Amino acid sequence: MLIEINNLKKKFESEGVVTNVLHGLSFNIEHGEFLSIIGPSGSGKSTLMHILGLLDRATSGHYGFEGREVTTLDDNELATLRNEKIGFVFQAFNLLTRTSVLDNVKLPLTYAGPELKSKLANNKKDWINRRAKEVLESVGLGHRLDYYTNQISGGEKQRVAIARALVNKPSIIFADEPTGNLDSKSGVQIMKILQDLNDAGNTIVLVTHELYTSEHAKRIIKIVDGHIVEDRPVLNRRFASEVEVLK
Amino acid sequence: MFTHLTQTIKTAVKALLTNKMRSFLTMLGIIIGVGAVIVIMAVGAGAQSLILNQVSALGTNIVGVLPGNSGNDGPPTSVMGIVITTLTYDDALALAQKINVPDIMDVVAYSTTAATLEWGTNSFIGTLSGCTTGYMAVEGGELAEGRFFTKDEERNLSKVIVLGSDVKNDLFGDSEAVGQRIKIKTHSFEVIGVMKERGTVAFQNYDNKILVPIKTVQKLIAGVDHISLLRAKINSSENVKKAIDDMKATLRERHDISDSSGASDDFTVSSAAQALDMITTITNALKYFLAAMAAMSLIVGGIGIMNIMLVSVSERTREIGLRKAIGAKNSNILNQFLLEAITITVLGGVFGIIGGVFVSFLVALIANYLEYDWSFVISPLSIVLAVGVSAIVGLVFGVYPASKASKLQPVEALRYE
Repeated sequence: MLIEINNLKKKFESEGVVTNVLHGLSFNIEHGEFLSIIGPSGSGKSTLMHILGLLDRATSGHYGFEGREVTTLDDNELATLRNEKIGFVFQAFNLLTRTSVLDNVKLPLTYAGPELKSKLANNKKDWINRRAKEVLESVGLGHRLDYYTNQISGGEKQRVAIARALVNKPSIIFADEPTGNLDSKSGVQIMKILQDLNDAGNTIVLVTHELYTSEHAKRIIKIVDGHIVEDRPVLNRRFASEVEVLK
Repeated sequence: MFTHLTQTIKTAVKALLTNKMRSFLTMLGIIIGVGAVIVIMAVGAGAQSLILNQVSALGTNIVGVLPGNSGNDGPPTSVMGIVITTLTYDDALALAQKINVPDIMDVVAYSTTAATLEWGTNSFIGTLSGCTTGYMAVEGGELAEGRFFTKDEERNLSKVIVLGSDVKNDLFGDSEAVGQRIKIKTHSFEVIGVMKERGTVAFQNYDNKILVPIKTVQKLIAGVDHISLLRAKINSSENVKKAIDDMKATLRERHDISDSSGASDDFTVSSAAQALDMITTITNALKYFLAAMAAMSLIVGGIGIMNIMLVSVSERTREIGLRKAIGAKNSNILNQFLLEAITITVLGGVFGIIGGVFVSFLVALIANYLEYDWSFVISPLSIVLAVGVSAIVGLVFGVYPASKASKLQPVEALRYE
């Protein structure tokens, strides 16, 4: 079991007004799953992703990550877990400007602690560079290493972001509307990469508001007003290919 | 750890290069502050060396006696032009006695008054220095032609005069001066000697001196009986302290002062060495005071840095959020922004030192061109002070923005537009 949440609640308090965003959610995510969380804006799907991604804390409930209760961890412990176990892909890419593609991908490894280092380094001196180049080549950007992030296309930017998410060999990748800022052709390429990664054994959580995009996953959890209204496998799964663009 | 530090430095430098103009303007406060500290310390040291060179050129074995007491309130009022009549010609004679002051070599007493010298249609307005024959022995200097007046001439109201080189040139030009007669008031003086050109020593211009026997000035020109200054030459600088005590004792005995504490003295004895100490103390105090003022500008510069760092933190909120999302701890973010602030100030400090040294060198160059005896001194202390203070300024004023950045919640920071 990779993720196990039980009666997870989240409320925001602002100037005395309490807003309940998540009303006691419970579900599990297994290793190797491709889960899509879908819901209209304001449904709480982003908040759920932030909590699952250890960027935010639940107000109450239990959250087990790889068998470890994470609701009691402090900021530094959460930062270390994010650094070692989680990869993020954001809608707006969130790459550093005026910084090379390679340096962007290296960034998570510059914060690596001893554990991540021993997992990836193999006692090699230049391990950060090697590892970053390796993942960039795997997403087809081996020829863009020294380009600055403002010199490449939107689709390439999102591939850099995926490479950055993969560089620490994470247990799970969270992709928050990864195709939202892309043209349809680039969007298909990104979905293809995500599906290939899942085929290779990576666990992926895709957050989107489009049913069409979510049908690339294997399982859909639909959230409305902080409640899970649907949790089902995808029966007619879509497969990203060049043909799709023509539709 | 090491790769981490170099990475952080690289990030800091990159952030500064991203906004070159802004970084430079931010640095300017530090550059000016550090530069000012360096310049003030260097110019202070240069001015000090100028004063000390002048005073020590006079010789450290010279002791001066002024009429009037100098207590804690400052120098005797006689230096401010108030006439005090407590010192006399006979005091000077007594001090010149080896029985009274064993280490004395010679004494010169002065009685000065303003006067106009006339030769034909030419005239020269200057200070008439009535003095004793001890002048040559105590003050030094050489005669270009003629002779100095004798002990007899000193006493018997002889109307003889010795001219400084400037005075001679002004009155006589190239023509012969010795043997000519000069008119002062209603009296006619014979020029018996002309001094060699000597220039300014210890802020005294020796070339415009007009030397006349002291009694002649007292009785015929000024109509007074007191002397305005007395200078004594001691056989060696080691004996100056003892000689000063002997001179004080002699004068107290002659003036019937039984109080040996010095509080009732009607005269002031001081040496060039004492003056040197005092000047050093004063100029040091002044130098450090000015340097402290300049250091204040570093604080103002530091506030500028804090301001810009706060802007930088809010501009890069999303970057901070991203860094946290991929595993940066609060301390990583804190160090990043702190190092950025310190990089600005230390870089500013280095530019400030370069600028400050350059300006100090320029000042020394100009001073030397103007023929002042000015040393170009950059004290290592001022550099250590400047760099240290600027790094501390960076640290102190960088802490608040950096801690603000480090405390941002990753979710809030990622959402920030």
